[in-house]
Amino acid sequence: MTAHLSPPIALLAELTHRCPLSCSYCSNPLELTARDKELPTEVWVRVFREAADLGVLQLHLSGGEPASRRDLEELVRAARQSGLYVNLITSGIGLAPTRLDALEEAGLDHVQLSLQATTAEKADWIGGYSGGFARKVAFAAGGHRRGIPLTVNAVMHRHTIDDIDAAIAFAADLGARRIEVACVQFYGWALANRAALLPSREQVMRAKDTIAEARRAYAGRMMIDFVPPDYYADYPKACMGGWGSTGINIAPDGTVLPCHAAATIPGLQFDRVTDRDLAGIWYDGSAFNAFRGHEWMLPPCRNCARRDRDHGGCRCQAMAVTADPHAADPVCRHSPARSAVDHVISQQALEPPPFLYRSHKR
Amino acid sequence: MNADPVPLLPRGTRLHHDRVRDTMVLLVPERTLLLDEIGTAILQEVDGRSTLAAISNRLAERYGAPPEDVANDVRGFLDGLVAQRLVDYR
Repeated sequence: MTAHLSPPIALLAELTHRCPLSCSYCSNPLELTARDKELPTEVWVRVFREAADLGVLQLHLSGGEPASRRDLEELVRAARQSGLYVNLITSGIGLAPTRLDALEEAGLDHVQLSLQATTAEKADWIGGYSGGFARKVAFAAGGHRRGIPLTVNAVMHRHTIDDIDAAIAFAADLGARRIEVACVQFYGWALANRAALLPSREQVMRAKDTIAEARRAYAGRMMIDFVPPDYYADYPKACMGGWGSTGINIAPDGTVLPCHAAATIPGLQFDRVTDRDLAGIWYDGSAFNAFRGHEWMLPPCRNCARRDRDHGGCRCQAMAVTADPHAADPVCRHSPARSAVDHVISQQALEPPPFLYRSHKR
Repeated sequence: MNADPVPLLPRGTRLHHDRVRDTMVLLVPERTLLLDEIGTAILQEVDGRSTLAAISNRLAERYGAPPEDVANDVRGFLDGLVAQRLVDYR
């Protein structure tokens, strides 16, 4: 298996599942990791070194809210010393100006700031945290003043997708060089909240027009990336660029995953960084090898002309909708389960149900 | 617009030697651009002081290539990065 296999490019380090927000579309698993199970500083430092030695170039420090870790500054410094490009994925809440100074001094390369909505009332409702938006805006202004490179990640769903123009203007005002307008995909918490979050087909069509127009208006000023919702696509995305081909995810307790939702697939054995080095996990770990290549594929993927382009789409989405992780991604028009996706779309209610907010189990 | 601007790498864009793959890469927000020999040669001349013309002349001399062709290559390559906000012109 290792003969034709390239090293990974990116590592997503979920430093913690703690977060002041409780967004209903959180990409963390339904079962959140408790604080006392989190990896200590020195293990993360070792993992960053192993990752750089393995060929990882980009490190994404994520969560939960990574600023919930008191040692964030130390981790940024260690990652830079290992030669990694360090990106902080944050809500901006919980990062006081003194901490921003320390992060800058530690060598932070870039910040990806999440945007729940463009007004305080709506953003605080979506994040489930009163006053959160004001704190985010203060953080963003501080980052802008310091000249820290910024990408805004504006999360789109039924309640926000009609506000794309405002989100883009918000990012432009902050001097962002890039905005990612990303529609929620349905795993984990978002799957549990699907009826509250799925936009209508008309909303998605309008969003595409808005994006095309904004790209013309902001050409040369801001890059606008758009991630449309899978459910309205004809063909699946090349999830993770192919399973176990470019990226590694590490959960707060050190479990190493091929993608953030991989633990939803039953039967996979995941290694932990405390038991095995990252190179061994990447090249020889059973979970990473489970869906590499196309030997595992079933029809229609197995004989499909697109199989090396989209790699059968997303394994976790196949699991979520068809209960078989080897099946074609059900959003594909050739998938026998496409009707299940169409059924979900057809069942949209006029009045969406309330959010089930993300929470730790008691 | 300045006909002969000075290109510079903004904060957040880093030229980096990838020791594992033994190649030069441009590290940018949330992406990695693999560079070929030409891209590497151009970006190594981007020092925040030299104009496009100065960079093109140096490269034309070093590689013994027609200056006009080199100038077109340099402009085309950097214009592409500027459009993505990964390089600035001053």
